[in-house]
Amino acid sequence: MALIPPAGSPIERAPRTDADIDRDLREVMEQELEKSLLLTTLDKALAWARSSSIWPATFGLACCAIEMMHTATPRYDIARFGAEVFRASPRQADLLIVSGRVAQKMAPVLRLIYDQMLEPKWVISMGACASTGGVFNNYALVQGVDKVVPVDVYVPGCPPRPEGLIEGILILQKKIGANGLPSSADLRRERAAAGAG
Amino acid sequence: MSEVRSTIESAVPGAVIDEHLHAGEVTVEVDRGLLLDVARFVKGPPLTFVLLSDVSCADFPEHPQRFRLAYHLFSLDTGARLRLRVWAGIEPEVESVTGVWATANWHEREVYDMFGVRFRNHPDLARILMPLDWEGHPLRRDYPLGGEEVQFTDAV
Repeated sequence: MALIPPAGSPIERAPRTDADIDRDLREVMEQELEKSLLLTTLDKALAWARSSSIWPATFGLACCAIEMMHTATPRYDIARFGAEVFRASPRQADLLIVSGRVAQKMAPVLRLIYDQMLEPKWVISMGACASTGGVFNNYALVQGVDKVVPVDVYVPGCPPRPEGLIEGILILQKKIGANGLPSSADLRRERAAAGAG
Repeated sequence: MSEVRSTIESAVPGAVIDEHLHAGEVTVEVDRGLLLDVARFVKGPPLTFVLLSDVSCADFPEHPQRFRLAYHLFSLDTGARLRLRVWAGIEPEVESVTGVWATANWHEREVYDMFGVRFRNHPDLARILMPLDWEGHPLRRDYPLGGEEVQFTDAV
């Protein structure tokens, strides 16, 4: 039964045809679909997945490592950001947290662990010593771990509090995910390829 | 003169050059050539210094003998402590005491690594802390200090 507006109504509507009903139905269906589906590019989906499940390598070097352990405790709970799965094998990790000073003798070991990690991989330089050598400007330590491996995020502090490291991981997640930026290792490789070409 | 000194002197004549008493502990300065004899003697009875806690070294660039070694000893029987002090010379070389205290092995390697003191008859005198291909001995006074130049130091 078609609805006929009463005479003198401000809305003068023509009787609904079958085409009108079809259009309305389609509109409703599209709205429902948008509620239950998310359309995106594969790159963005991958980046989101990677950034939301970072697996750090269990690699403690000095006092910063104590703070790194604390980030995994219930009080700070790095699991809130999906990065709590510390792996004992670099083969299963994609984040290397350089947590402390790197001795000259440790540098090749650190590099080996980095090389053993699978792509894509990221590095956080945690604390003053890992970033610059800190107060130890002497023969024993590497003056900044970026001389040995490419670093994505530097976390300042001596040592940084767990909140600091979590902030670093959040920044890294933004770097991986939202902006879709490649890791600095990728950038370096691209730059090297451009230089060669 | 302390009892320890006279005991050592009677067993190894001419070995003791000097002694220092501080905080109730004795430091005996020993002739470099007779170090091994003294070491063998103080380990056995009556002194029984069976534990070698540490071997340390210091660099005195102004001194004609330059490098001074100290052997820190402890007696488990009496609880006494004793330090043997030896001047190692400009081209530092002393007899290894690994044959007396096995633990001297790594301690002497560390002194060799940091100061370049050579220990005769050491079973494996290789670097222990620094990479094997490292040049120089970092704790010598004439070894350059920093890893890198510090920025803005002229502004201080």
